Amino acid sequence: MIEFLHTYGMLFLVGSWPNGPIGGFAGTLILAALGLAGAFPAALVIGVARTSGNAPLKWLSSAWVHTFRSIPLIMIVFWAYFLLPVMIGFEVPPFSTALAAIIVYESAFLAEIVRAGIQSVPAGQVEAARAVGLGYFQTLWSVQLPQALSNMIPSLVNQFVSTIKATSIVYIIGVQEAAFSAQQINSIELTGALRTYLVLALFYFLLCALLSRLARRLELHLQNKRLGLAI
Amino acid sequence: MLSDPEVVGMLTTGITVTLRLFAGALAGGFLLAMVLTGINLIPSRLVRAVVALYVEYHRNVPTVVQILVWYFGMPEILPEAIRVWINQGNTEFSFALIALSLNVSAYYYEDIRSGIRAIPATQVEAARSIGLGAVQALIYVVLPQAVRYAVPPIINRSIILFKDTSLAMVIGVTDLTYQTKRIENATFQTFQIFMISTLIYLCMALLISALGSHLARKYPASFKS
Repeated sequence: MIEFLHTYGMLFLVGSWPNGPIGGFAGTLILAALGLAGAFPAALVIGVARTSGNAPLKWLSSAWVHTFRSIPLIMIVFWAYFLLPVMIGFEVPPFSTALAAIIVYESAFLAEIVRAGIQSVPAGQVEAARAVGLGYFQTLWSVQLPQALSNMIPSLVNQFVSTIKATSIVYIIGVQEAAFSAQQINSIELTGALRTYLVLALFYFLLCALLSRLARRLELHLQNKRLGLAI
Repeated sequence: MLSDPEVVGMLTTGITVTLRLFAGALAGGFLLAMVLTGINLIPSRLVRAVVALYVEYHRNVPTVVQILVWYFGMPEILPEAIRVWINQGNTEFSFALIALSLNVSAYYYEDIRSGIRAIPATQVEAARSIGLGAVQALIYVVLPQAVRYAVPPIINRSIILFKDTSLAMVIGVTDLTYQTKRIENATFQTFQIFMISTLIYLCMALLISALGSHLARKYPASFKS
């Protein structure tokens, strides 16, 4: 086992880097982080539209959320795979294809988190802001969103965990990430597939369990803050 | 495209396999979750630790990795008899079904557990004080309330399970996604076939969630009358 990790540890962690593109768990983390970061601005707009009073906007944003939450990520990846080159006119590397698919997919989930965050702000806050003369966007920007965002932090960490897990599918279009490394090792070793995949599972387990624990602690912290308890 | 009987045949196979995988994992996962709930009642630290580890493993490892572990890894340590038995049928389908059932069981178990935990202890005390036995209190008082708390998250998880059946394509299960790729390779009508399959996934998932909100409306968790 020690020897196995000694031989393939780096391939698991960073892929073929520095002699090739960065991959392995570093690739997974980069993909998940960029995916969430890219999806967030879109999610903010969609989430706000979901809570707005404008019927067409509400309908459109709901349709977006329900559609992309109901389609498997693998399908969206395939869509991106053949639609992106047609749309922008040149070949797209697998990493960008996967990133585009993840951004679209995650925007729907993040939008729901944004919506829940905004709705968790007491209505009195909005009424008070409007009463002192702030407009709709001013209220949104300087009263609702700052409070909503801090309420959203635990959910965002959880969504990051989900995204890390979801990215493991993109190895099928050749993106260099953790599951791709495992597949490479498997084709070098030919035997001992159980060991290879269990090590892969272990890496994911440690990463995601740690992040989930962090989310739980943040959640607790937030609950105490809401109840006005000293921490 | 849909006038070609061959394409329709492949598509039908895909839909059938996806639905079988979904129904099988749903039933298997639910049974396993019940068994886990029962096992966790055993007052032993070791048993609880094992159950907790089982749940954590299935929640923190990507579903696709779990499928790969079962398909590529497990045959190495499975007893000969079981391996032969699995290989007699559809090997890929069986391993995908096992992996998805185990995966979803961990989530169902957590949903059932938090449903039961949502019922205040005073409910049991009240039930016992009017003369119900422990089992009667469980059946007539705790479970009917707990189920109402557990159903919405279970439905949500089932939608995710339905989407996760598409992951079985990585080991070659002929589900809807796999068949879509095959039809695309055979006809080159990429846009049409992907549109058809995406719509099928979309409709099925929306149907399950509509069923969920119907149940949630019919059996609301809080008993306000």
